[in-house]
Amino acid sequence: MSHPTPETDVILSAPHVLEYDYRRSLGPVLSHFFSALREGQIHGVKTKSGRVLVPPAEYDPETGESTTDEFVAVGPGGVVESWAWVGTPRKNHPIAHPFAFALIKLDGADTALLHAVDTRDESLMASGMRVTPRWAATPEGGITDLCCFVPEDQGVQTVEAPDEVSEPTQSIVTPVNVEYVYSPGKAATRYLQGLKQGKFLGQASDSSGLVYIPPRGACPRDGVPTSREVEVSGKGTVVTLTIVRVPSANITVDLPYCTANILLDGADISFTGLLQECPLEDVRIGMRVEAVWVDSSEWDYSSENIKYFRPIDEPDLPFSEIKEYC
Amino acid sequence: MAEHAAVIGIGQTDFDAKRVDVSQVGLIREAALRALKDAQLEWSDIDAVVIGKAPDMFEGVMMPELFLAEALGCVGKPMLRVHTAGSVGGSTAIVAASLVQSGIHKRVLTVSYEKQSESNAMWALSIKLPFSQTLVAGAGGFFAPLIRGYMARSGAPEDTGIRVALKDRLNALKNPVAHLKLPDVTFEMIANSPMLWDPIRYLETCPSSDGACALIIGDSAAAKQSRSHPPAWIHATQMKTEPTMFAKRDQVMPQAGLDCSAALYKKAGITDPRKEIDCAEVYVPFSWFEPMWMENLHFAPPGEGWRMTYEGATALDGDLPINMSGGVLCTNAIGASGMVRFAEAAMQVRGQAGEHQIDGAKKALGHAYGGGSQYFSMWIVGDQPL
Repeated sequence: MSHPTPETDVILSAPHVLEYDYRRSLGPVLSHFFSALREGQIHGVKTKSGRVLVPPAEYDPETGESTTDEFVAVGPGGVVESWAWVGTPRKNHPIAHPFAFALIKLDGADTALLHAVDTRDESLMASGMRVTPRWAATPEGGITDLCCFVPEDQGVQTVEAPDEVSEPTQSIVTPVNVEYVYSPGKAATRYLQGLKQGKFLGQASDSSGLVYIPPRGACPRDGVPTSREVEVSGKGTVVTLTIVRVPSANITVDLPYCTANILLDGADISFTGLLQECPLEDVRIGMRVEAVWVDSSEWDYSSENIKYFRPIDEPDLPFSEIKEYC
Repeated sequence: MAEHAAVIGIGQTDFDAKRVDVSQVGLIREAALRALKDAQLEWSDIDAVVIGKAPDMFEGVMMPELFLAEALGCVGKPMLRVHTAGSVGGSTAIVAASLVQSGIHKRVLTVSYEKQSESNAMWALSIKLPFSQTLVAGAGGFFAPLIRGYMARSGAPEDTGIRVALKDRLNALKNPVAHLKLPDVTFEMIANSPMLWDPIRYLETCPSSDGACALIIGDSAAAKQSRSHPPAWIHATQMKTEPTMFAKRDQVMPQAGLDCSAALYKKAGITDPRKEIDCAEVYVPFSWFEPMWMENLHFAPPGEGWRMTYEGATALDGDLPINMSGGVLCTNAIGASGMVRFAEAAMQVRGQAGEHQIDGAKKALGHAYGGGSQYFSMWIVGDQPL
């Protein structure tokens, strides 16, 4: 049974946050740079041509040649080469009130370091102005040991090197956090509206009639839209499967568990479902299964409405009948 | 193609689970500097650079090619980045080769890498989106059902995968840069290793590696100047793609792979690949993909790929050695893995593969695949120009 897919007046969307704390190994050059910062020193590295790169790099950016092993202390003061005022700082900015990002050429360096300059007042910023660093109270061996730079006439802050030399900084943690608004699109919205009513709504290709569940709006075989909506059965066949015995960061099912590629009756593509109420030694290709839904009071726009699939008392389908869906 | 192109320099880093001794920059430079040394060239000899790596989420650096450009001496030169998931190392080499074959450049440096230790690939490949439930446990969770599908179709003996893993793990012992080396490895050790994604056992799975691979591809004139080792002439390259999911897709034996290898052989003038190709480096991240790809690469008829493994044809002393280096099963810096296959094929025809060299190898295949078996990239290299 099929009919033209009704126009939906809503397209679902929801916030989606992607975040991870990446751990970066620094390599010998940046490790030296960060370790020196902890001692209150800013170090550059010399290229083969004698230029001093700050921050230091493993290579000469102009030629690709490796830099030398010679580190030199620069600054601490320097000259602002160029700057941009940040009138409305964002949450990850180094300073909470308005400040400038500036390219600062430290005394003795041949390249400029990008850092924050805190003047509180945009009118006090100028290219050519001299600045001096303000250091963190408890240095940790990271770029944040340099809190910011301030106009040099505010006084040079002297830093005492710690009594004990600690191990060099070899890695840093870089938290990454990206916030999206995720929309699954029109076809998946119809599918989710179906799930909310306890139904599997697929869509059939206008050219081949092949039925997609979940629908994608078009058939990837030829790009032709799937404009006819088809309700498919909650019963289906296991076309293949695996038993997972290894944990995965985003999956909360207790180990071990079986996931199966399930071909619902009336569909032409399988999708992954959890298979339960069946001993793991009995799961097999060809077995007939049905969807078990969470209580209807909990139905939402979510594939989590389907608790899992479970075996039903029907004879297995022979492999020859499902082979092309595997 | 208007111009001949050849691999004239090869560099691989040492591979390990965590190369905490180097930055991402240091990692790719280790490979690039080894390739320059092998080719006896300087940075200034390079006309263009092509960079490849797998998803940016693996290291959390968006568009890393931008910050890596200066580290690879790209200033004032064309630079491109390629991305085709796990096959990227192969397709990156193919893009680099095309810049030479088209007559645009004389010497192109191409580098691909992954520094998996900076994050967790299983996390990056199993992101939970709103409205959905995440059930596919990383690459193993995706590919294990396809392996089971292959087993059902072919009736292959259940220990086929163990045999592949044993062969590749023994081969890795002969490869100085391989990551995972198990000197005491036995059939029983693999058979008794924990099942992760049934039927994939722990020791039938690739490791997560940090590493990079670099190639320098030159035109005929550059190849003739090459001194450290003879050039590996590129006879043919081919890429094919298909969607990851469509109704009645044959995921076990993807059409794109069948078409890719058939087109490759045609370009290379090969009519009987099993006979004419001396050895191959094939992207096998889970042991069972060796027999599957033997069929997909037309080395064996449908349903018969496992026999090649079983009968020892794919061993170092077999008639078509596969993954002499130990392959992806022993070393998997994802973005680099395809290029390593291409590089190892070139090393064979250059005669520089050391302990895992196949004597007299004249023609070799490099193969990579990526995504949900949706991207394929391959090349044939030979000791003589085609």
